[in-house]
Amino acid sequence: MGKPLFYPGHTACAGCGQAIGARLVIEAAGKNTIVSNATGCLEVFSTRYPETAWGVPWIHSLFENASAVASGIEAALRYLGKKKEVNVIAQGGDGATADIGLQSLSGMLERGHDILYVCYDNEAYMNTGVQRSGLTPVYSHTTTSPYGKISKGNIRPKKDMVGIALAHGIPYVATASVGFPRDVEKKVKKALSIEGPKYIQIFVPCPLGWRHEPMLTYKMAVLAVETGLYPLVEYEDGKLTQVKKIRGCKPVEEYLKLQGRYRHLFGSEDYKSDLMKIQEIADRNIEKFGLRMFQDKK
Amino acid sequence: MKRFIEGSYAVAEIIKLCRPGVIAAYPITPQTHIVEALAAMVANGELKAEFINVESEHSAASVILGASATGVRAFSATSSQGLLLMLEVIFNIAGMRLPLVITCANRSVSAPINIWNDHQDSVTIRDSGFIQFYAETNQEACDLHIQAYRLSEDPNILLPAMVCMDGYLLTHAAEVVDIPEEECVARFLPPYKPVFKLDPDEPITMGVLAGPEHYMETRFAIHETLTKDVLQLIPNVVDEFEKVFGRRSGGLIEGYRIEDAKEVIVAKGSVVGTIKEVVDEMRGEGKKVGVLKIITYRPFPGEAVYNSLKGIERIGVLEKSISLGSGGPLYTDLKSVFQGRKSSSKVSGFIAGLGGRDITKESIREVFARLSGEQVDSQFIDLKV
Repeated sequence: MGKPLFYPGHTACAGCGQAIGARLVIEAAGKNTIVSNATGCLEVFSTRYPETAWGVPWIHSLFENASAVASGIEAALRYLGKKKEVNVIAQGGDGATADIGLQSLSGMLERGHDILYVCYDNEAYMNTGVQRSGLTPVYSHTTTSPYGKISKGNIRPKKDMVGIALAHGIPYVATASVGFPRDVEKKVKKALSIEGPKYIQIFVPCPLGWRHEPMLTYKMAVLAVETGLYPLVEYEDGKLTQVKKIRGCKPVEEYLKLQGRYRHLFGSEDYKSDLMKIQEIADRNIEKFGLRMFQDKK
Repeated sequence: MKRFIEGSYAVAEIIKLCRPGVIAAYPITPQTHIVEALAAMVANGELKAEFINVESEHSAASVILGASATGVRAFSATSSQGLLLMLEVIFNIAGMRLPLVITCANRSVSAPINIWNDHQDSVTIRDSGFIQFYAETNQEACDLHIQAYRLSEDPNILLPAMVCMDGYLLTHAAEVVDIPEEECVARFLPPYKPVFKLDPDEPITMGVLAGPEHYMETRFAIHETLTKDVLQLIPNVVDEFEKVFGRRSGGLIEGYRIEDAKEVIVAKGSVVGTIKEVVDEMRGEGKKVGVLKIITYRPFPGEAVYNSLKGIERIGVLEKSISLGSGGPLYTDLKSVFQGRKSSSKVSGFIAGLGGRDITKESIREVFARLSGEQVDSQFIDLKV
């Protein structure tokens, strides 16, 4: 082991899934990597002057332009004749990716830059205090999609960022979860071995925003996958080439009940039908991607 | 070599000679001819650069930010709404001390939408930390671009620069321009040697979070660089430019027949050419008038302005932009120069030419006529009411 590329001692919350994800990504990418980081928790907790957690060249500009800054870095490396030696990673949270930065991400993907984009999906704007994003799941409570007398929390399902990335005709698209660290590393390495634009969306629990115990981060990241709510998939040249099979799909209730952001559902009169709606999302994923390990034993 | 050439194409020729490695742009009138010409040069192999067709001006500015941070000379051009869309990135580039050059083909700002010339777009970013030049002619626009890179990349400066040239009036006007030899530009502007860059061999963190204990010093440092180092360096750069290219061009300000003048108009951009003509005519009529051209608008060369205007009885600031609800931004700068000084010149402010309304010789004569009356703030010229 050489020097760490993402040092400990940063100011992330205890149990931060994004910190785990960021470390896995950069350690898998290696030291010959330049990172363009969007504004958000990761940027704030890793680079408060005069300290930095980064052992690789790293730049933060604004909230919505990490992809465009990375495009400039990649173009500069091509101009210098150094692109083959250096990886470029653009990264941001779900808001930076699916909402405010979607246009610049789309431009980067469409132009064919040799860049890996990593979305750390913790399903809300956590840095500003848990507001709803386009990747906030249905019925989740956030400060701007609160449950109330006539509200069950966020009313919309997650935006299909994997589908949006695929629509650009890029060579590699995948989802991952910090509950499966070896899988994260494998996917980052594979993505970086492919020339062109790549998109990986990593599920990163947020104890503060989701209101679960910090010690449960890993469990959350595994349960989301094992319930079918966060399918781990891999597309190469637009074709689904790999899915993470689940051994005995767990009911979504097991995952939801551990989190404060869903607590309001459990006390409500419509408890069963609300949970059923979320279960249906998981079931659809299980069906669509063939997630069951043993198809005959239901 | 002297060529009869459209302003935009002349600037493109100059940018080619400045050898940027990355160019990013998004189409907007009246800037587009500049980047179209550069795209053609890249496509023909005349210019070795990466030309990035971005999906917005926000990304155009972000791409050149990323390129400059990686140690490569970068360029973009824009106008009007495009510059306003870049605004967030413009402040960011300056805050990160990244040298690069952007051309602003000056155009009014919507609403109502209007594609014609005034200075409202570039004046709006005057507080960003960019060095800002205004060109009177296409020759000056060309020369200022070469000087802009030189200043911007100076290890003691490291700030971005914007060259402003009037949309249509310059960008689409064909006139004779001396396009310098490649060898001269290469001598005056050596390859860019970045002080800091994103490099895996020497990893650094750029764009950090600075708390209340550090942020203010970063702003202070930019202000110091602009008001001390840049103002000091510009005259030296002009001298050196003259040595290499054989002509004086650019600088902080330029006075025209102001030595014995009683009335002087202060202006920036192509309208100065019209004012010079009127000055010549009125001098012929025995009137002691002159014009002071502001070439460097940011940093504002207050001392140079004061020294050239002190003792002049009546000064009129004529500008193509307005801080709505206050007055002309250049007028405000001029007034502050005379605050608490010995010279008690009467300074009046005039707004003209917004949204492409022609500033004619009669408009200029009207300003001189009004100068002999009461001191006025931000009076509109040629208003139809």
